[in-house]
Amino acid sequence: MSPDLFFLLSSVLFSLGLVGLVSRKNLFVMYMSIELMLSSINLLLATLSKVLGDASGSVIALLIIAVIAAEAALFLAIIIHLYRTSKTLDSDKYKDLGEIN
Amino acid sequence: MLSTIVFLPFISSLFLAIVYLQNTSAKRYEFFTTFGIGTILITTILSLIVLYYMINGMGTIYSHAFTWIHLGSFKIEVAFMADRLSAIMISFITFIGLLIHIYAAGYMKDEEGYGKFFAYFNLFMGSMLLLVLADNPIMMFIGWELVGLSSYLLIGFYHQNTDNVKAANKAFILNRVGDFGFIIALSLLYIALEGHGFTFDTIKENISLISHEMLSLIGLLLFVGAMGKSAQIPLYVWLPDAMAGPTPVSALIHAATMVTAGVYMVARFSFIYIQIPDIGLFIASVGAASALFAAIIASYQSDIKKILAYSTMSQLGYMFIAVGLGAYSAGIFHVFTHAFFKALLFMGAGAVIIAMHHEQDIFKMGGLKRHLKLVYITMFIATLAISGIPPFAGFFSKDAILVTAFADQHYIIWAVASLTAGLTSFYMFRMLFTVFHSPASQTNELHKLDKSITYPLVVLAFGSATVGFLGVNPAYGGEALINNFLMLPDISSHIPHSSEYMIGALNVSLGFTGMLFAYKLFAFSKHRPDTTTLFTRVAINKFYIDEIYEALIVRPLVALSKFIHNIIDAKIFDGFINTSVLLYVYLAKLFAKLQNGKVRYYALYILAGVSFMSIFLMYKLGVGI
Repeated sequence: MSPDLFFLLSSVLFSLGLVGLVSRKNLFVMYMSIELMLSSINLLLATLSKVLGDASGSVIALLIIAVIAAEAALFLAIIIHLYRTSKTLDSDKYKDLGEIN
Repeated sequence: MLSTIVFLPFISSLFLAIVYLQNTSAKRYEFFTTFGIGTILITTILSLIVLYYMINGMGTIYSHAFTWIHLGSFKIEVAFMADRLSAIMISFITFIGLLIHIYAAGYMKDEEGYGKFFAYFNLFMGSMLLLVLADNPIMMFIGWELVGLSSYLLIGFYHQNTDNVKAANKAFILNRVGDFGFIIALSLLYIALEGHGFTFDTIKENISLISHEMLSLIGLLLFVGAMGKSAQIPLYVWLPDAMAGPTPVSALIHAATMVTAGVYMVARFSFIYIQIPDIGLFIASVGAASALFAAIIASYQSDIKKILAYSTMSQLGYMFIAVGLGAYSAGIFHVFTHAFFKALLFMGAGAVIIAMHHEQDIFKMGGLKRHLKLVYITMFIATLAISGIPPFAGFFSKDAILVTAFADQHYIIWAVASLTAGLTSFYMFRMLFTVFHSPASQTNELHKLDKSITYPLVVLAFGSATVGFLGVNPAYGGEALINNFLMLPDISSHIPHSSEYMIGALNVSLGFTGMLFAYKLFAFSKHRPDTTTLFTRVAINKFYIDEIYEALIVRPLVALSKFIHNIIDAKIFDGFINTSVLLYVYLAKLFAKLQNGKVRYYALYILAGVSFMSIFLMYKLGVGI
């Protein structure tokens, strides 16, 4: 199978993630978009590992999956905490870092 | 040894200051006295040893402490040099300084800040010694500035009173005006020498490299510096105000240090002035004018210290007549004798002031002859000396100057100087008779005088009476020991002995005339100067010079400063800057909109940034899409 398809898939996934991150306001959706981008990179790594015949890419991809799992736990905890403090999942409401006006 | 002489007072000053600051309210009278006077005693002994070596025929002594700055060919050494001129200077500076220190121990006994006073005093001595012993003009300039600094500190010693602080500032600022001339002269000299070394010796050797015009300019500018330090017209106005300091300070400034610096400097640069007699003549004219001018003002003053201050200015005028006309030894000789009798006069005046419970108006004194016998006798000797009555010290030195002026055929300068001699005698005896002879007016008890106040007077009285014999002219059967010892490049023109006798006789008779006038007018009654005629009114008010300076220089300067502060600075510069600030404010507001706190937008910025970088890299690397 030609790796071009995989590259294309990876690009599409990454773009979807990016657009989702920028355009959606719900924290969960934003989180999922980030995960999507991460997965697309993972896919790219695994594909290149296969193409180049080097196992290290696949190893990194496996490690990243572990990291993603840990990250998911952290992310969900943060989102729950945010919800508890301000009763909303709208990311635009959280603008403490913005210019005070 | 020379390094020790210079550094010892500085170190002791620092030490005294540290001890004083450690606890400012502690008395520690004995400690400050022993330490402050002790170091000066050591320097005095060392200086006298140097002088002794010199008299026994030793050549110039050099002493190199360390290299201060070394940049390529530019090199400043902290080095000292004692030739015969500096040896004479340091010996009387330290000796009279020592006596004044002892006197100050009595005079300042109950004052607050006694330790501070001695720290300043030692600093003053150290600065003056640095000035005199410097081996190159730069070190001399540092000493020169330090003298200005310590005089500022001491004049403003009673800083609780605003007037004193003003006087201190005035002295400092006017000296800066002079220093301006001095520093430009030094720079020009350095440039003109084209890097042939910058010690006094090398300058002397390479003096032929400099064109006559340049030398004249340098000489003139150096004299501007001397005008400031040595209180000559037009930069003299600080001197009378400097009386705000404690009396020992006045004695130190007027007798041994500071004001003599200008004369010394001209004598030190005699190898320059010898080539530019025109500038010398100018110096002599300024000196003569200052001498007469100060004498007239002094004749109408009623503050005992102010009279002495103007008399100092007048005597300095004599010294500048001498050095201006190329009679450097005569000038230094007068510095030397003047140091004795002027220190004595100031210390005597200080004793009177203390006895009178800090009264300085001579017309509120009177009849002190019986109560202050010792002070009276010693001050009488000093007055005789300053008035040029033989055989006291002043006669010989003043006579030498007058003879020089006459012999060089500068008859106007000579006439002015002779007239001043008569006036000097008049105003000095006016002061003496009013204070000691005129009917007594005070009723309260006199303050008791310390032994440390009166003993130095006796020593100085002895000096005032005798030091003149060191420089007796050949015409009077002397050998002019000092002149021969100094070996300065004097320009001398000889006149027959008979003329010298004539001049001497004229001086003495003028002196006696002044004395008689003063006796008649002031010995029996208090004759406060009246303000009826225009001249006396003008003279009492010191010719309104302070007011003229105020109107001509200070006011316009203040007005200009205010104009610049309120209009140019506030409107033009600040306006310009504020306009450009507006631009930044608007730009900032624009960019601040980007920072809205919404995470999505930040992600978008990242996207934009990454996209831009990617496109840029693709373009650069030539990757086709």
